[in-house]
Amino acid sequence: MLRIQQLVKRYGHDEPVLKGLDLEVPDESVVSIIGASGAGKSTLLRCINRLVEPTSGSIELNGAELTRLHGNELRKARRRIGMIFQGFNLVDRLTVMENVQCGRLGYIPYWRAALRKYSTEDIDRAYTLMERVGIAHYANKRADELSGGERQRVGVVRALMQNPEILLADEPTASLDPVSSRQIMELLQTLAQELQLPVLINIHNVAEAREYTQRIVGMRFGRLIFDGKPEDLDQSAMDTVYSGTPAEDRQQAEQDTSKAVVS
Amino acid sequence: MTQPSVAERAWSRYTPKQRWKRFAGLIVVALAVTWSVATLDVIWPWVWDAPVQIGDLFRRMVPPEFSNWRAIFWALVETLNIATLATFVAVFVSLPIAYISAQNTTPNRFTLWLGRFILVSSRSVNTLIWALLFVAIFGPGVLAGIIAIMFRSLGFLGKLMGEAIEEIDRRPVEALEATGASRAKVILYAIVPQVIPTFFAVSILRWDINLRESTVLGLVGAGGIGVILQGAIDTLAWPTVATVLLAIIVLVIAGEAVAAWLRKKVI
Amino acid sequence: MNDATPSRTWRKPPFIANPWLRWGLIVVALIYLSWAASTLPFDWTRVSQGMERAARIFSGAFPPNFSRHDLLIKGFLESLQIAILATLLGLALSVPIAFMAARNIAIKPIYLIGRALIIITRSFHPVIVAILFVKAVGFGPVAGILTLTIYSIGFVAKMLAERIEEIDWGQVEALRASGTRYLTVLQFAVLPQIMPRQIGLSIYQLDSNLRASAVVGIVGAGGIGSTLMNAFGRYDYDFALAITLVIIAVILVSEAISGRIRRAIW
Repeated sequence: MLRIQQLVKRYGHDEPVLKGLDLEVPDESVVSIIGASGAGKSTLLRCINRLVEPTSGSIELNGAELTRLHGNELRKARRRIGMIFQGFNLVDRLTVMENVQCGRLGYIPYWRAALRKYSTEDIDRAYTLMERVGIAHYANKRADELSGGERQRVGVVRALMQNPEILLADEPTASLDPVSSRQIMELLQTLAQELQLPVLINIHNVAEAREYTQRIVGMRFGRLIFDGKPEDLDQSAMDTVYSGTPAEDRQQAEQDTSKAVVS
Repeated sequence: MTQPSVAERAWSRYTPKQRWKRFAGLIVVALAVTWSVATLDVIWPWVWDAPVQIGDLFRRMVPPEFSNWRAIFWALVETLNIATLATFVAVFVSLPIAYISAQNTTPNRFTLWLGRFILVSSRSVNTLIWALLFVAIFGPGVLAGIIAIMFRSLGFLGKLMGEAIEEIDRRPVEALEATGASRAKVILYAIVPQVIPTFFAVSILRWDINLRESTVLGLVGAGGIGVILQGAIDTLAWPTVATVLLAIIVLVIAGEAVAAWLRKKVI
Repeated sequence: MNDATPSRTWRKPPFIANPWLRWGLIVVALIYLSWAASTLPFDWTRVSQGMERAARIFSGAFPPNFSRHDLLIKGFLESLQIAILATLLGLALSVPIAFMAARNIAIKPIYLIGRALIIITRSFHPVIVAILFVKAVGFGPVAGILTLTIYSIGFVAKMLAERIEEIDWGQVEALRASGTRYLTVLQFAVLPQIMPRQIGLSIYQLDSNLRASAVVGIVGAGGIGSTLMNAFGRYDYDFALAITLVIIAVILVSEAISGRIRRAIW
């Protein structure tokens, strides 16, 4: 259970990016966050694992407050929060296995990390997860030899290796082709059920959001202005979420939606 | 529409402004040359005599004298050892310096400036000047040479490695921080793999440069083939000088070939 | 986990797959390094004496002594003059040599001569060249100018030849097709393409000649290096430190200027 209350984030003296945001995500649910570029979606996710320092407000994960943690305690909290990135953020020159084991870095001692002496359990778990997403045969390949969809699977497995209590996905499909993009969304949806994880997905593609998630949250200018089931997201709701945003952006979102209707 | 007048149709390659710039550039160069030639402390008869003297020197070098090839060979090996050992040590010492002089990894402002100071002072003092200093300290010999080469290499390696660290892709670093990995582990997994190619490229490049620099250390008494060269020149043994020069060409070209091969294999 | 099958173990694939080659290389490298280190005449008494001497040198060097600034300035101006003249001479000679050493322009025998010239000039450290010239034409700036001319050829001709090999061949063909003479083709189709590189290289070379002139002076080829060597020879460590500091300052300034000019041109 993730509970965010009155979250504010302000960079310097500018207009706040997040303006007193409240959000609750119960276990085992997949939530899409939609909104135009610059609405604060990415900042919201990064506040949760504190890659971005929130200005004020509270974020609780399973009853533990995250905003006041420092140093070692922050690192321990981060281990429980898996994150998937738009650009995959893999270490290109390391093998797939090493990238996957990066998810365990918060748990293992330094010498094991340095000598690549991962424990049998970790290796076994890595293979199980990699088999689950279909990349086990790539274990010894370098990350930059993989295709985009495969790289994102590595990213997903890396996050799962952390034994996370929640998954944050920041535009996980934005750099992928349509087919891989659908596969990744399906994967996230089924994994959330299998592992009983709450998953928060920032997403640009409204059609995918409708198709793969049970709940959609709309953000605009740092506030939540829509929160409901996919079927509640009608044209007027879409207009509120995307109104006052650059026309191009809005068009893009609508196009994606109409394509989904056709397919 | 009237025809443009002849004057307007006249073509010239440069606009007046460009022409003035070029003209000013030429004037500066001409002035610099006149000033240099006029005030330089030159004994002109020596200059006119120079081609004859140089020709004479070359004539005295032929044929090269190979009888002490053994000594020359071992001096070459010594030169190689100086370059290799100095590069090897300098590569490792330069890593922490690179780390503190890269803006994105340095712990604080003080370490940043300390790192930059070390880099600048090492880079601006030439190997031979370092060698003069260390020969004065440790006495003539290989040790002074190795330390001199090392000191000069630190700045070069540290600067290039530091720049490589500054240019890394930030995204894997962010991802690893998000997994809760400590700073040391983030360096190990996200920064080290990204700078490894530069590390090898820069080390090989510096080894190649150091091989050349090692050939002259002997001229200030810091070991290597230069010692034999200096001795031969002092005793006017020009045929031996010729052999040493040939040996240096062979060493340098072989070094360049090895460096190119390593570069291809490793990177 | 007791159901761990062999496929469930993982080791990082080694950098060199063949274990014999891998361990062989490691052993050879270790043996070489330890042998090379063992040939060092490393004795601690000398090092500890050295530390004393270092203390004496450094205490003698502080504070740096700028009182003989006339000598200092004279040395620097001479270095600058050497650098300017050597750069111009070097550039003048580099252009024909670069054309000779460009595979796409020159015929084979000329190409080989050009390459050989570049390789020979590049192989010798300027200090070695300087010693020979000092022997041939005597102590002083002339030896310095000749040395740095050779040094400039080694670098400029090499870079320029590489640039010529990369030129857009279409322009050359266009001129040839219009029946232009060989030298005119070079002038109108090749020179304009390499000019920007040439100017950038000249400024870079002026900068590095200034640096190098501080070094070749150490073996008697004039300039600030000779002043430094004299100070060192007379154990005037405070003056030597002053010279070194000024050399560092000048190098930093000239590096900054040359960097700015080159950025403005490119």
